[in-house]
Amino acid sequence: MSTPSLLESARALLVRDLRLLWRRRGDALQPALFALLVTMLFGLAMGGEAQTLARIAAPVLWLASLLAGLLALDTLFRGDADDGSLEQWLLAPVPLAWLVAIRVFAHWATTALPLLVATPLLAELLHLPHAQLPVLLASLALGTPLLSLLGAVVAALTVGMRRSGILVALLALPLYVPVLVFGAGSVARAAQGLDPVGALLMLAAGLVLALVLAPLAAAAAIRIALS
Amino acid sequence: MNPVVRWFHQLGSPPYFDRFAARWAPWSYGLAVLVMAYGLWGGLFDVPADYQQGDSFRILYIHVPSAWMSLFVFALMAFYAAIALIWRIKLCEILAMACAPIGAAFTAITLATGSIWGKPMWGTWWDWDPRLTTELVLLFLYFGVIGLYHAIDDRRAAARAAGLLAIVGVALLPVIRYSVVWWNSLHQGQTISLFGKSTMDASMVQPLIWMIVGTKLWFIGSLLARARADNLRREFGKDWVRQSAGGGAK
Repeated sequence: MSTPSLLESARALLVRDLRLLWRRRGDALQPALFALLVTMLFGLAMGGEAQTLARIAAPVLWLASLLAGLLALDTLFRGDADDGSLEQWLLAPVPLAWLVAIRVFAHWATTALPLLVATPLLAELLHLPHAQLPVLLASLALGTPLLSLLGAVVAALTVGMRRSGILVALLALPLYVPVLVFGAGSVARAAQGLDPVGALLMLAAGLVLALVLAPLAAAAAIRIALS
Repeated sequence: MNPVVRWFHQLGSPPYFDRFAARWAPWSYGLAVLVMAYGLWGGLFDVPADYQQGDSFRILYIHVPSAWMSLFVFALMAFYAAIALIWRIKLCEILAMACAPIGAAFTAITLATGSIWGKPMWGTWWDWDPRLTTELVLLFLYFGVIGLYHAIDDRRAAARAAGLLAIVGVALLPVIRYSVVWWNSLHQGQTISLFGKSTMDASMVQPLIWMIVGTKLWFIGSLLARARADNLRREFGKDWVRQSAGGGAK
């Protein structure tokens, strides 16, 4: 039997993850539903006044995506750790970090991407000014993969514990702060009529850095958890 | 073998480290108290009041050294954690985890004194300013490291996992360090420079240097004492621990 190439293994893992998700279509919608509910709660709590809502729309949407991603973090490696396939990852002839990166991509594509698609609708619900929508979408497009990558490190650190509960949130949220500051900050700058590109470039720089380093860190964490 | 190298290797052995820490922790504490007392005396009584801030600037002599320590301890913790991950030296795991509560304490002191200083100077206890917020995030990162260390049952795996988190968290240190340079904020810019000309008067800097040396010494004493306690806890049941606890041989 020949060893699989990087692309073959990536395709196999992606197809498996997507097929598993398709078999449980209802579960797959939950992060997007959660974000919708958070948005709705904010809208109700703020009293539904259009002007107030327009000012907080971008931070609320950022927080909703962040929290939805956070809730989905625990499932990132947990199922594979429970049924033992994570150990097979360790033994696989392809680098562990590569498999981690593919899994994070699959996770992002199935939880954050639907949210990103739903963002224009949610923004409309919160009366976000139309001029700010492209900035919000760009910041979310750059920021949510960054959140997934950072979250993967934390999820990998806690995969050895029987139940991680609130600890995942406690570990992940401090790491999320800079992303949130630049992400929501870019829309806030655009709202003030300033140039948001600087903050977006910071997000992009962080994303590039995390793309290289986070899978390696998560792979190291998985090795620790399973050793 | 070179005596220095041999001493360094011996230090990695738990009984040897126990004796070393037991001998030197009290000395570091004692020296730290003396140096900090001298520095505080200088800062509180010798130094003239600031032309702009009056006497309230004197809290700087606690605020600035502990702020530096909060960053320094985190970097050191990550350094020990990296050694522990690469060379699997048990003592470095213990030292890295001993750093975390001390660093968290220094961070808490920094936040508290900064808040007390901020009220008369800026008219507010707290502001969502980059320097303040990142320092608060640093405190939560310390809490995360401590929490993860205590959440995993196997001590060695716990130390390695928490150490990895510390290494990941190092990415935050430059953000804190340069936050006053990158963003215009309420917090003042850098006024003190070790290599170059400070914008502060030399007579005001001198007690600060004593305080910085004093906090370092205090940290060394605290680190040795904490690492010694953790070391004893991990080695309990071994003969040398029983002997040093006065139990004698079985």
